[in-house]
Amino acid sequence: MGALFALVLLNTISRPSFLSITVKNGQLYGSIIDILRDSAPLMLVALGMTLVIATRGIDLSVGAVMAISGAVALQIISKSTSPNRIGTVLIAIGIGVFITLLFGLWNGFLVAVVGIQPIIATLVLMLGGRGIALLITGGFITTITSSPYAQMAQGHLLGLPLAFFFSVGAIAIIGLLVRRTALGVLTESVGINPSASRLAGVRSRGIIWSIYGISGLLAGLAGILYSSNIMAADSNNAGFLIELDAILAVVLGGTSLRGGKFTLSGTVIGVFIIQTLTSTITFLGVPPAVTPVFKAIVVILVCLSQSSRVRQWLGRIRHLRGAKPPIRLSGLETEVLAERKSV
Amino acid sequence: MRNTNTVDVTPTGTIKSGMRRKMKARLSWIPVLAALAILILMLIGGQVHFGSFVTPGMLSSLLVDNAYLVVLAAGMTFVILTGGIDLSVGSVMAFTGMLAAKLLSVGVPVAVVIPLMLVAGALFGTMIGVLVHFFDVQPFIASLAGMFLARGLCFVVSLEAIQVKDPFVLGLESARLGSGDWYITPTGIIALIVIAIAAWVLAYTRFGRTVYAIGGNEQSARLMGLAVARSKILVYVVSGVCAGIAGLIFTSYTAAGYSLNGIGTELDTIAAVVIGGTLLTGGSGYMVGSLIGVFVYGVIKTAITYLGADASWERISIGILLLAFVVVQRFIVARANRN
Amino acid sequence: MRSISIEFPGVKALDDVDFTLRSGEIHSLLGENGAGKSTLIKALTGVYSIDSGTIQVSGKERTFAGTADAQSAGIATVYQEINLCTNLTVGENVMLGHEVRGRFGINWRATHAKATTYLRQLGVDVDPRSQLSGHSLAIQQLIAISRAMVVDCRVLVLDEPTSSLDRSEVEQLFAVMRRLRSRDVAILFVSHFLDQVYEISDQMTVLRNGKLVGEYHVGELSRSELISKMLGHELDELESIARTASRTIDRTGNPILKITALGRKGSIEPTDLDIYDGEIVGFAGLLGSGRTELVRIIYGADRSDHGAVEVRGKSVRLSSPRHSSNHRIAFSSEDRRAEGIIGDLTVAENIVLGIQAKRGWLRRVNKAQSDEVVAQYIESLDIRPVSPHILMSNLSGGNQQKVLLARWLATAPQLLILDEPTRGIDVGAKAEIQREIAKLATAGLGVIFISSELDEVLRLSQRVVVLRDRRKIAEFDNHESFDIGDIVALIAKEGAA
Repeated sequence: MGALFALVLLNTISRPSFLSITVKNGQLYGSIIDILRDSAPLMLVALGMTLVIATRGIDLSVGAVMAISGAVALQIISKSTSPNRIGTVLIAIGIGVFITLLFGLWNGFLVAVVGIQPIIATLVLMLGGRGIALLITGGFITTITSSPYAQMAQGHLLGLPLAFFFSVGAIAIIGLLVRRTALGVLTESVGINPSASRLAGVRSRGIIWSIYGISGLLAGLAGILYSSNIMAADSNNAGFLIELDAILAVVLGGTSLRGGKFTLSGTVIGVFIIQTLTSTITFLGVPPAVTPVFKAIVVILVCLSQSSRVRQWLGRIRHLRGAKPPIRLSGLETEVLAERKSV
Repeated sequence: MRNTNTVDVTPTGTIKSGMRRKMKARLSWIPVLAALAILILMLIGGQVHFGSFVTPGMLSSLLVDNAYLVVLAAGMTFVILTGGIDLSVGSVMAFTGMLAAKLLSVGVPVAVVIPLMLVAGALFGTMIGVLVHFFDVQPFIASLAGMFLARGLCFVVSLEAIQVKDPFVLGLESARLGSGDWYITPTGIIALIVIAIAAWVLAYTRFGRTVYAIGGNEQSARLMGLAVARSKILVYVVSGVCAGIAGLIFTSYTAAGYSLNGIGTELDTIAAVVIGGTLLTGGSGYMVGSLIGVFVYGVIKTAITYLGADASWERISIGILLLAFVVVQRFIVARANRN
Repeated sequence: MRSISIEFPGVKALDDVDFTLRSGEIHSLLGENGAGKSTLIKALTGVYSIDSGTIQVSGKERTFAGTADAQSAGIATVYQEINLCTNLTVGENVMLGHEVRGRFGINWRATHAKATTYLRQLGVDVDPRSQLSGHSLAIQQLIAISRAMVVDCRVLVLDEPTSSLDRSEVEQLFAVMRRLRSRDVAILFVSHFLDQVYEISDQMTVLRNGKLVGEYHVGELSRSELISKMLGHELDELESIARTASRTIDRTGNPILKITALGRKGSIEPTDLDIYDGEIVGFAGLLGSGRTELVRIIYGADRSDHGAVEVRGKSVRLSSPRHSSNHRIAFSSEDRRAEGIIGDLTVAENIVLGIQAKRGWLRRVNKAQSDEVVAQYIESLDIRPVSPHILMSNLSGGNQQKVLLARWLATAPQLLILDEPTRGIDVGAKAEIQREIAKLATAGLGVIFISSELDEVLRLSQRVVVLRDRRKIAEFDNHESFDIGDIVALIAKEGAA
């Protein structure tokens, strides 16, 4: 949270217009609004990624999956006789997202049933997915003109970008799903100790399977948004490297890559940090290609701040729930201790 | 209480029985042999299908065209053996290439540039290694940061490609040595030397054995008094230096430094190492396996070109092959555990 | 070690403790969990730094900033988990870090030969080129000790080395220890198996509540005197659990569980068993006899090859923990850490997990229900600390076991399978758990109770099943007159036959 605040502060200082919001034709405009809109695809993907990481897994295929959903949806619309009807658009979106849901379940199958490591299982789809998307579009970048479709990324609702509502909707639905049902706590349980969870009667397999499916579905939606923005199915560039941004957002938000406890609100903040960072860099006139350098610095800073060694050095002892009393041990010994705790 | 039971200490055993024992004792060879089998099958299959597939020319180009990948795979093997991963290699390769191109274009002598490339790679590796070991950052994230940093710095050096005209560097690629249709370039030789040295280090130095130990059980390795901290950081340094060497090879191959080089190469490298029989969990794998993995990759690329298929099939087939390999590895490991 | 004090915020783990270890002596360190045993060892091996007091090695004062320092002072430790690398060969593990080097790198022939020498010195005959993972835990332990010899240790600390060994392996270990003793190595032996302590040690040091109770020559104290010094007044707790053996069980009608010829190749031979309401069936047998394998198959944690299971007369297929849970069978694994506790979740979440898993992910157990259940069990099982929002990983072993018990009891099972529920926990908790089990059985719960401590099995069970070498060799009703010797004899008699 502090990092986001710092970024916003930095922006406001260097360009006072950052925080300003203007109203035109009943719609809001401004840098902040841009951030809300542009962050939507990443938000969707990062939400799914949070759940996957919580199960001790990872989903590297989300970018490729985005390309697939865009390709499917646009092919349908471009072949249809009435591209401007909302019905057509909805069907196209529905099928596109359904296909990516299937791909997500495929990933889940590999991980939960066959037992392949998540990084490899999703790497396969990452390598092959864009190729599949290209095959769907016949090797071309399909373009369409369809005003309902364009609305999603470019339209407005209640003055705010429609895309933003996608974000909000996803956050709300996923949030309810994990906290109102037991899905959240069971996922954490599976991530923290898969065998104990299984013995306790938790349907680990089913949960892991579904979570990858959810990730696929969200990535599919993100792909639809992306293609809606450029009104084309660009299989090579859709969601390019978004998996890394998503993982970054999750880690920045405080969920550990080791799995277990996760925080959706942390991810939301992480996404905004990344988006604000991108926006700041663009504003500073730095060529966007150099953005990675700043991302690297942010990653390193956040990781350092999360590292226990640094915390010890700074003498700050964060009191987490039931924090163990600090003992003068080096890293190794804490492990030895933890291992033998139950003896 | 001196026992007279036979203790199988090798000096008296025959070579054959010694080898058999070693083979039986090393389950970790099985995935490597499987990779070799696949390679041979693919070569045979290609020969059958295309007629003249396995030619001296093709085999030679297999090494020469993929020399950069061989070197990257060597470095990556070290990292993966400790249970880590290095996502930065493609970007570091591009960066060192870019750096070299820039320096050469302003007249810095080759003899200075090449060592500088290696130092740059080593610096990236050191940064990642320190993050991983001292600050407990997961290798995925730490090397991701390295990747971002390197890629971004590429663009800082120059947004566009820089031609390389230096005769030495270009000569590394263009000079052909060989007889008949077989040929090899200095870059190919460099790649083979790197693999050979790497294999020797893994099998015959304390550092190499420490790498295996860390991959097997890091805590045990520490309690056994091994230099775990130093080794963990060193493997990333090795990977970085290899990325630097690969940068040299790639730059001479493309005769230019270009910021979009090597995008996705880290994944190709990981795929090659995994196909070559190294387990991602660490502690098991051999350098020769990674070499075989790169050749498998190369054969696929060649076959796709022969088929005249779209280049995107390359990635798809690597993906499918990787999947097949990992599934088979799973079954082998599961079977072994059950016994 | 003199006047050692180590303090953690809120608790003085060691209070002014003196400890002396002489060369050529096997010295046992005794005390219940929380007595300060493990803390003292960690101070000796450099894991902890000391708040006050001194450590002298061979007359020279030393401070250990880490394990490497202790190792260089000649103190080697073999932990319960045997810290070796299973992906490497035996010889390599022995010589790791000390391989013989030639001009071209490591000379493997010479290294393996040297490894064999060290192994032979302990009477261990193993091919140094074989992979470590192919050997039993007992052999791996001896290999770990060989390694200690390589680094020329003067003090060898053995931390619970016999927990997973069978009798012959323990003999082998003791032979090695005696051999080392004759070479003037000082051995610190930590174990809670008092028989073994008496068998092998020369000296004993007893700690209680962080303080030194005393150092004794092994002939000085009788077993009961030793126990009373270790426990103080807690000994009474154990005695007070009345032997429930004499309760009669109604064996007419349908048993809760009936297994016929249930088995799995390589794990457990086809076995029959019935369990009735209110009955505690105790499994007795050594490690490797198939006790755990059998109950895991019953519970569906592992697959069976053949055999049939009936629950209340109806034939069922228990192919997964979920199925068993649906039939109201509960199972508490012997490996608490790997298969029981969910460390980063709170006590409350851990307790509710069983119920939640049964309900599925859709219907969440609401806060009110959760609070009620959790409070109920925290009180009835006396779980400390009493706050339900503490992370599970912060509890002591005994309390963790109680939380796991609560998890299962909350699902209202008809059959509860407990595999080594009292292993590695302090006497007070042991007593509480046994008391609770007895109470629940009296109220009608069926229980399968596995324990390595035969006196526990005898104290609680109405029926005892004896297993050896992966099959059931005897089953009998538990009478007052039976004692441990009888069961051990049973196992031995079968073996000789």
